[in-house]
Amino acid sequence: MQIALFVTCVGDTLFPEAGRATVDVLEGLGHEVVFPEKQTCCGQMHLNSGYRRDAERLGRRFRSLFEGYETVVAPSSSCVGHVREFLGMTNVLELSELLVARLGVDDVGATFTARVAYHPTCHSLRVTRVGDAPRRLLGNVRGLELVEVADAEECCGFGGTFAVKNAETSSAMLADKCAAVEASGAEVCTAVDGSCLLQIGGGLSRRGSQVRALHLAEILASR
Amino acid sequence: MTSFPEAARVELANHQLRTNLRHATRTIRTKRARVVSELPDWEELREAGRRIKQDVLANLDRYLVEFEEAVQAAGGRVHWARDADEANQVVATVARAHGADEVVKVKSLTTDEIRLNEALGEAGIHAIETDFAELILQLDDDWSSHILVPAIHRNRSEIREIFARTIAPGIESDDPADLAEAARLYLRERFLAAKVGVSGANFGIAETGTLVVVESEGNGRMCTTLPPVLVSILGIEKLLPRFADLEVFLQLLPRSATGERMNPYTSLWTGMTPRDGPQELHVVLLDNGRTNALADEVGRDALHCIRCSACLNVCPVYTRTGGHAYGSVYPGPIGAILTPQLEGIENAPSLPFASSLCGACYEVCPVKIDIPRILLHLREQAVAAKSARGERTAMKLAAWTFRGAGRFSLAERVAGALGGGRPIHRLPGPLSGWTDSRDLKAPARQSFRSWWRKR
Repeated sequence: MQIALFVTCVGDTLFPEAGRATVDVLEGLGHEVVFPEKQTCCGQMHLNSGYRRDAERLGRRFRSLFEGYETVVAPSSSCVGHVREFLGMTNVLELSELLVARLGVDDVGATFTARVAYHPTCHSLRVTRVGDAPRRLLGNVRGLELVEVADAEECCGFGGTFAVKNAETSSAMLADKCAAVEASGAEVCTAVDGSCLLQIGGGLSRRGSQVRALHLAEILASR
Repeated sequence: MTSFPEAARVELANHQLRTNLRHATRTIRTKRARVVSELPDWEELREAGRRIKQDVLANLDRYLVEFEEAVQAAGGRVHWARDADEANQVVATVARAHGADEVVKVKSLTTDEIRLNEALGEAGIHAIETDFAELILQLDDDWSSHILVPAIHRNRSEIREIFARTIAPGIESDDPADLAEAARLYLRERFLAAKVGVSGANFGIAETGTLVVVESEGNGRMCTTLPPVLVSILGIEKLLPRFADLEVFLQLLPRSATGERMNPYTSLWTGMTPRDGPQELHVVLLDNGRTNALADEVGRDALHCIRCSACLNVCPVYTRTGGHAYGSVYPGPIGAILTPQLEGIENAPSLPFASSLCGACYEVCPVKIDIPRILLHLREQAVAAKSARGERTAMKLAAWTFRGAGRFSLAERVAGALGGGRPIHRLPGPLSGWTDSRDLKAPARQSFRSWWRKR
């Protein structure tokens, strides 16, 4: 089937590897991926920061670009949650959700030899509600060992502009998250949101940790 | 009011506080999860609770009058208070009329909200907190950091020190039973001597005029039954239409609050009973900003709150900073949406931003208050009221950039060239908040869109 990719502003700029991996996975399964080149941002940052009118304008722009596609995929549960809740666009799906719930695929034929901690991000749990789709996909990756993280469902402290406006509180949350990830024995921490990985990866990097942050799509695209 | 980020900075530096808080909130959180999971109809109960509260707020004018008439018919007197001063005045006047220079108090957030103790103190009347935790704070000249567990930031050795300095000189044991005994010896005399008791109320029943206080210790019941005069103060949103509605709320509240199936003491009283308990009952109905919140179509849902504090215990922000950082008697996620509405957004503009929007609060709220949605709504008001010029400019510039793919693409190329591909260790200005504790992944040298064009 034809699937439009919404790579997200963060994904486009900071995590292009996750977008490329999303393309690889979907094309590997025989689907056609298209990329509407006028896309930029869904407006979530503006809404979350109190700039509703700007968010509405960006939302209208997003809608006009993507409402014509039957299926849109984004490698970010928080952006998907935003366009579904704020714009009511049910044709937009997060990658793991698209694979498991829509396409009925829970084994993408990937091989990735590492101990992996899965961080269930807040929006994937409580807004987009991807359920166990990411875990099912990871469970079928050859060579991959999933490890449990203490207080896994607790927020990493990103929260968009919260990370800067309330930097100390955000950092305290991050410190606990990094400590829990390290204690799990993981070599890689993965999630379905680039923004949370920006936070966790940035914290791990500053601690000089050996644990790497990788988007779920990158693991699923590994051969 | 000190802004949340500034206040939080101070609290975060207190490691004892963080350890106490993490331990205590984890314990309550686990208990709550266990007793909630026992009920197959928990979601239906939440929905019922939400609907009842919605009905109360939609028809508050009618229910308030019904409640007033029922209280009067049962022999009580009803006072209407627009604000804190009017409510405090009622209590002071009643106390003076009975020659009381001391009143005993049931734990009550509403009386904390109106700063009743300070107001009575100015009138020469000493208000004694009888809830164990509130007593600890009062003796230490401290204030509550949690809706339900006011002294959650204290551990027992700290409590022993406070008692040794005040009501139990020489106490050496920090065993909970010994600490409770010290408080008991001190409080019993006050209960028996007091001429006036003061309480809040968890619920007021419009149909019958009944007041309800839910508690763990029984000290509240001492205050509502021993003194000959009782004054009960409740926010106008605390009404329930029918007595039968308690069936829903007496299941929702204890399970959400303390993680108990049922709380140890539930006191209900309707007016007065001759020769039994108080012979004079005053009920104060308090507005103090509530009608402002009620007028806000989105914000009004905050008035559904039954003060269970489940949202505090799951909040990743509250469990790091504690309650004092919120600068209000209502801390945590519910405080972040209630305080700006009761006190005005201009007086608490940083509170709606004291959240990572993780949504854990909404998930546990027994009356389904969509706290993240109200936070966003109040953020909008905060930005409209006043926002830093630098931030506004940056957000407007970002929005303008995002409205044109060409502009966005150019910005990406500039960022990619500046970023240099290596993690960024230091950013300037307000963004330094990020790099103080974290590295920043560099913008990619090749954005996704430029890769896509070339593939």
